[in-house]
Amino acid sequence: MDKVIVARDLTLAYNKDETIINKARFSIDSGEFIFITGPSGSGKSTLLKSLYGALGPQHGSLIVGGVEMKDIAAKKLNFLRRHIGIVFQDYKLIKEWTIEKNVMLPLIITGYSKDVSETQVDKLLTHVKLKHQAGKYPQELSGGEQQRVAMARALSHNPILILADEPTGNLDDYSSQVIWNLLEGANTQLKTTVLVVTHHIPEHMSVDYKHFNIEHGSIYEVF
Amino acid sequence: MKSFKNHLSLITALITILFTIQVFIVVERSINAYEENLKNDYSIIVVVNKNLEKKDFLKIDSTIESAEELDPSHVIDSFKDEMKEQNLKLLKLTLPKFYRVRLDHYPTPAEIEKVSKKLLRHPMITRVEDFARNHDVIYKLLLLFKEVSTLFAIAIFAVTTLLILKELRIWQFQHNERMNIMALFGAPLWMRSAVLFRLAIVDAVLASLLVNGIFFLVVQYGWLQTQLKAIGIAVNIYVLPKDPVILSVIAFVLSILLAMLVIAGSKEDS
Ligand SMILES: Nc1ncnc2c1ncn2[C@@H]1O[C@H](COP(=O)(O)OP(=O)(O)O)[C@@H](O)[C@H]1O
Ligand SMILES: [Mg+2]
Repeated sequence: MDKVIVARDLTLAYNKDETIINKARFSIDSGEFIFITGPSGSGKSTLLKSLYGALGPQHGSLIVGGVEMKDIAAKKLNFLRRHIGIVFQDYKLIKEWTIEKNVMLPLIITGYSKDVSETQVDKLLTHVKLKHQAGKYPQELSGGEQQRVAMARALSHNPILILADEPTGNLDDYSSQVIWNLLEGANTQLKTTVLVVTHHIPEHMSVDYKHFNIEHGSIYEVF
Repeated sequence: MKSFKNHLSLITALITILFTIQVFIVVERSINAYEENLKNDYSIIVVVNKNLEKKDFLKIDSTIESAEELDPSHVIDSFKDEMKEQNLKLLKLTLPKFYRVRLDHYPTPAEIEKVSKKLLRHPMITRVEDFARNHDVIYKLLLLFKEVSTLFAIAIFAVTTLLILKELRIWQFQHNERMNIMALFGAPLWMRSAVLFRLAIVDAVLASLLVNGIFFLVVQYGWLQTQLKAIGIAVNIYVLPKDPVILSVIAFVLSILLAMLVIAGSKEDS
């Protein structure tokens, strides 16, 4: 099986004195569904940041999609990011863009034609039950709706890897349900590799999943 | 509405700068035109025994720009009827040379006197005749106006630079978030910056259209030219196509520079 992520002695830090993740070793196969748990402040978001190249490894090596993340060149990073879909805890939607255009962002960046993009956005907005809100702006939507938009955006370009940071953190049940269904669907139907940081793993999840826990700077698998 | 306001502040800053520049250009042009009028209001005539080269004159004083030999033939011609051909030739040979000396700028009477004295000290020069009219009031006023407008221009540049820097911070704040989000999905720098450049270009176009329009109207209306003509200055307030090109280029360079500063200053937050 292809490895999507390989970490060898991965050390992450924001400054020299304080390491957040210390010499972690793990690998993730293509098509896996991974839950990441851990106490608040343990470094879950930090790990995700390293996976999309917002924080480079201080020591060791981290390979994502075959690309070494340590000292990665800007061009290479841009290219890699076009194959990753990220869902942030704080949504990170573009305020001055409509819902429709926000979902289209990865397609615009990749350079899809207008027709293809519009069809794809239409399909995804239907999936997240927000088709009727397409022309609105993010601030006109509830938190749960905004996160569903972010979910649609993360899926729009059929990424090989989805990184989601507490995507259902403080959402209503309905929105949480929609998001779990989409993550599950992407993994089972499209074989997309999914990493989700969460506080509790939903019981009904039918996917085959792995569970990593982060504590005191180390990452270990929970069986 | 908010974005319109932001447009407005950059456009206002650009318009102020362009307007100041054009006024400065017009003042400069008026002074030059007036100086051109005055140029013939002074003369220094030098009498020399032998041939003096142009470069000999240049050595005497650094403000001397040229010296042209005056042809004495019309003086000699006036003796034609009374003198024999041979004597005329002799006269021509013994007659001293006359030069008209020109300075590199329009001199004050005091300056002319100084140069004349220096010329006289030269062993070959036997006589210097000078004539200068005092600088008139209009010329003095023009010079004063130039000084005032220079100070004014400096002040306006300082203020508008501050305005633009403030604008830059607003832009940075406004666009940073969007540019960061785009970067997270792998947008290259040019794509992230496209909106900024579009804004900058639109503002530059609007500002230069407005300022050029104003000066075009001033020329059409003709009031200012009439006033300047009254003091003997024929000056082009707005030269086509040079002036609009200069103004537009300045507007573009400034606003593109602003956009590039914003982009250079945008930090990727993690
Ligand atoms: N940008 C940053 N600069 C410095 N320290 C940070 C930064 N982001 C997070 N940290 C610190 O790193 C640790 C892990 O944070 P984070 O990965 O956000 O935890 P969580 O597991 O809750 O997502 C925390 O102690 C936090 O204070
Ligand atoms: Mg976190």
